[in-house]
Amino acid sequence: MSDTHILHAPAAGGPAAADDSRFIVREPHHPENGTLLGFWIYLMSDCLIFACLFAVYGVQGRAYAGGPTGAQLFDLPLVAVNTAMLLLSSITYGFAMLESQRGRLRQTLGWLVVTGLFGLAFLGLELHEFHHLIEHGAGPGRSAFLSSFFTLVGTHGLHVTFGIVWLVTLLFQLGRHGLIPENRRRLMCLSMFWHFLDVVWIGVFTFVYLMGVLP
Amino acid sequence: MSHDHTTPGHDAAHAAEGGHAPSTFRGYMTGFVLSVILTVIPFWLVMDGVLAGSGATALAILGIGAVQMVVHMVYFLHMNPRSEGGWTLLALIFTVIIVAIALAGSLWVMYHLNVNMMPGHLHDMSSM
Repeated sequence: MSDTHILHAPAAGGPAAADDSRFIVREPHHPENGTLLGFWIYLMSDCLIFACLFAVYGVQGRAYAGGPTGAQLFDLPLVAVNTAMLLLSSITYGFAMLESQRGRLRQTLGWLVVTGLFGLAFLGLELHEFHHLIEHGAGPGRSAFLSSFFTLVGTHGLHVTFGIVWLVTLLFQLGRHGLIPENRRRLMCLSMFWHFLDVVWIGVFTFVYLMGVLP
Repeated sequence: MSHDHTTPGHDAAHAAEGGHAPSTFRGYMTGFVLSVILTVIPFWLVMDGVLAGSGATALAILGIGAVQMVVHMVYFLHMNPRSEGGWTLLALIFTVIIVAIALAGSLWVMYHLNVNMMPGHLHDMSSM
């Protein structure tokens, strides 16, 4: 984006002063800070990490090494509940954003707590699934399929974990300082992070779980 | 959002949101209902085995997944060509291209390596 502001010295005189307006490019709106754009670019780089892990799973996803297959291991009803938890946490975060736009602190905090609880429920179910798999001898060391599965789904789970840590931090920041511009910015960044994780989860449940149980 | 008639004072109020259009209840609910539908369909297709072939089911759920990602981008991440003067969309397009190359390239190359390097094929190659 070219924001060319050529400013002539006012001493240039009558005819030149009249021409000045030609060189001032008036833009409709220019963002004052680049935080959100920068955070978006971070999310895009995170997207590349997940793309690499998806590619590894795509290559190794059927390398069972004589071990259990996805069709034998994956519990689709559990995955459906997990997906619902993450989807519900997305919409409750949206409600928190709406309340913060109306300037209502208590409701914002309330919806953020609900979002965090849905996030914790998601993590709990995922850890339960991992524990169940490892207990039945289907740990990450069993086959290339399980190594890539645990790496991809585990990386997503780690992101959700750090999202919850961030959310709790933000609860304290909001509780202490209220809806100041800095906290609104943090709220917006976490919103992008949280919804981005939901987008990655769409890829996970489609590509890993649903396609994994297909014969 | 047209910012044509906004005063500098109004802009300062919007600065915290970095020029993002304010979200609406309607937008979030539309996105939520759409993503519930787009989540239920693939689970139903796979769990009830609606389509005959694995290939058809895989194609269908991948297509629905792609649509759901777009829904999330538009309604939850408020992606539009105007946010941040178009730079977010540009970054997204660049990332999508890189992701597509990485995914399609890996799968293509590794599949062909797998097929062509099978022990049964090796003596065919030596006779060439």
